[in-house]
Amino acid sequence: MEAASKLTRPELVCPAGTPAALRTAVDAGADAVYCGFRDATNARNFPGLNFNLDELADAVTYAHNAGAKVLLAVNTFPPAGQTQLWKHAVDAAARIGIDAVIVADIGVAAYASSRYPQLRLHLSVQAGASSPEAIRLHCEEFGIKRAVLPRILTVAEIAGIHAQIPCEIEVFVFGNIGMMAEGRCALTSYVTGVSTNMDGVCSPPADVHYLEDADGTLRAKLGEFTIDRFSSQEPAGYPTICKGRYVVCGRAAPYHAFEEPVSLNLSALLLDLMRAGVTALKIEGRQRSRAYVRSVVSAFRRAVDDIMAGRDPVLANLIALTEGRRETQGAFRSKTWR
Amino acid sequence: MSEAQVTLGPVLFNWAPQLWRDFYFRIADEAAVSTVYVGEVICSKRAPLFVPYVEEVVARLIAGGKSVVYSTLAQVTQKIDTRLVDSITGLAGATVEANDACALRTLRGRPHHVGPFINTYNEDTLAFLAGRGARNVCLPPELPIGAIEMMGEAGARLSTSIEVQVFGRQPLALSARCYHARAHGHTKDSCLFVCEQDADGLRLDTLDSVPLLAINGIQTLSYGYLNLAREVPRLRAAGVTRFRLSPHSCDMVEVANVFRALLDETLDPGTAQARLEALGLRAPFANGFFYRRPGHQLIGAEQASA
Repeated sequence: MEAASKLTRPELVCPAGTPAALRTAVDAGADAVYCGFRDATNARNFPGLNFNLDELADAVTYAHNAGAKVLLAVNTFPPAGQTQLWKHAVDAAARIGIDAVIVADIGVAAYASSRYPQLRLHLSVQAGASSPEAIRLHCEEFGIKRAVLPRILTVAEIAGIHAQIPCEIEVFVFGNIGMMAEGRCALTSYVTGVSTNMDGVCSPPADVHYLEDADGTLRAKLGEFTIDRFSSQEPAGYPTICKGRYVVCGRAAPYHAFEEPVSLNLSALLLDLMRAGVTALKIEGRQRSRAYVRSVVSAFRRAVDDIMAGRDPVLANLIALTEGRRETQGAFRSKTWR
Repeated sequence: MSEAQVTLGPVLFNWAPQLWRDFYFRIADEAAVSTVYVGEVICSKRAPLFVPYVEEVVARLIAGGKSVVYSTLAQVTQKIDTRLVDSITGLAGATVEANDACALRTLRGRPHHVGPFINTYNEDTLAFLAGRGARNVCLPPELPIGAIEMMGEAGARLSTSIEVQVFGRQPLALSARCYHARAHGHTKDSCLFVCEQDADGLRLDTLDSVPLLAINGIQTLSYGYLNLAREVPRLRAAGVTRFRLSPHSCDMVEVANVFRALLDETLDPGTAQARLEALGLRAPFANGFFYRRPGHQLIGAEQASA
């Protein structure tokens, strides 16, 4: 291992879907937690998740007392005529001492940067900024301090971007992997009428149905469409359009046209990512249980501390937590994923 | 605000270069469109295939009285992508439509168009873009009429014209992975240009054999064809001045003439619908997004007024 002194200690950015999950993540060693209001202003607008204003203010106090930061995702796209809700979210963040607001929409970014010049802004993965020029535009116009990169880049490409931008880089290292460029996907909207960009929901639970056929096969449906089918022996997955099985002309068998239902796990690439200039490591999973958050955050806490201390990190037990117990390094390892 | 125009969006598919050229020649000579967008939007690997024909296509379009706008790539990730964008934004005297923030950065401060792949969802974003030189903005496909109406008002205040797609498969998603290559067992770098086999995209059916989507390289499109012929009057009332047709292998001259006649109010909606149905498309029409319903749905006149 190389001398740890050459590396910048990365910030471990952890999911907080609920106040209880936030405390769990902070207690397990998160450097920062990210969360959202209980409405369409954030991209995990699911029933039973997220914070109201009082809960968020309490969460900021709790985290700050433990030396952790709180990042607020205001990272969806307000449709015309409804921007007030998003502006109120930014106002509240500034008022209760949120450490950074994660934005995607240009209008929201313009509002936050002009109204609250002291408020730190991060560029959400939902902004779909996948090139140095795109990130620089947001830095120049809105004073963005950190960009969350899309999960479509190789480590080498991340290093290349790092050299060309004036802000920090955050990347997803663990959890669900979406196949489409974030913030640029209307598949859920096409099938259900609920928009990922405007409503903050991908594959809304209210539109999910499981139907059992006579032979015991389970059909996982989203809206009126079958997204996948599972035999009675298989664990049934959640019907996410970009992880479904489909049929095309010229291919005999149904196949995962976009991606297999796998989870992202970059624990083996942490050191490479840090060398590439990544200074914040993000764990996905605001919809996950406290037990999950505790396990994953603790494991990555130890791994980062091990790397900084010059030791080899141990991250063997994470596979049990991944979706379908199958994992991938996605785009990060090599271009052949594309 | 200039009067209503029919525009032709960029060809999204990998057509054989000669067919691509001949398509534009016919548009130049026969189609009632005012503005034609030209350029490879989906895949930087395809772009060189069309380079030998761009000059004559543009010359013919201009000779046919059309304005030409150059469209840039929707997803910019690799150096080859950035180079392609730079080659377009660097064209002297050209009007360019930005489809990602990389192009937007270069075009800042000079008049340009903003394409449907940039998320212009609200009046604040529109005002920001107008302030940086956007003279025309094509809205994202999923915006419902209520939001379009607000954008029409804002556009009028900002002297930025508002464009809406009214015909053709709707762009739904982009990825770094090429799904055309994946369908054929290849990767993006070794794709063998298999996307050339599907002039309107590769149909994706559910396990129940229900057609759902269409694949076009890294892009995912709707299976249904957007058809807002019946909604043209409401779009006009909302302040939309440009009506975009997305090219397909069907008779696009006929499509253009139908929409031009609708804008001129020389064709009744029923006849327009009948002529579009006579195109022989193998997929149904859809208009759900307009009504803030699932995009694949076709909302009929009765439901729309209900």
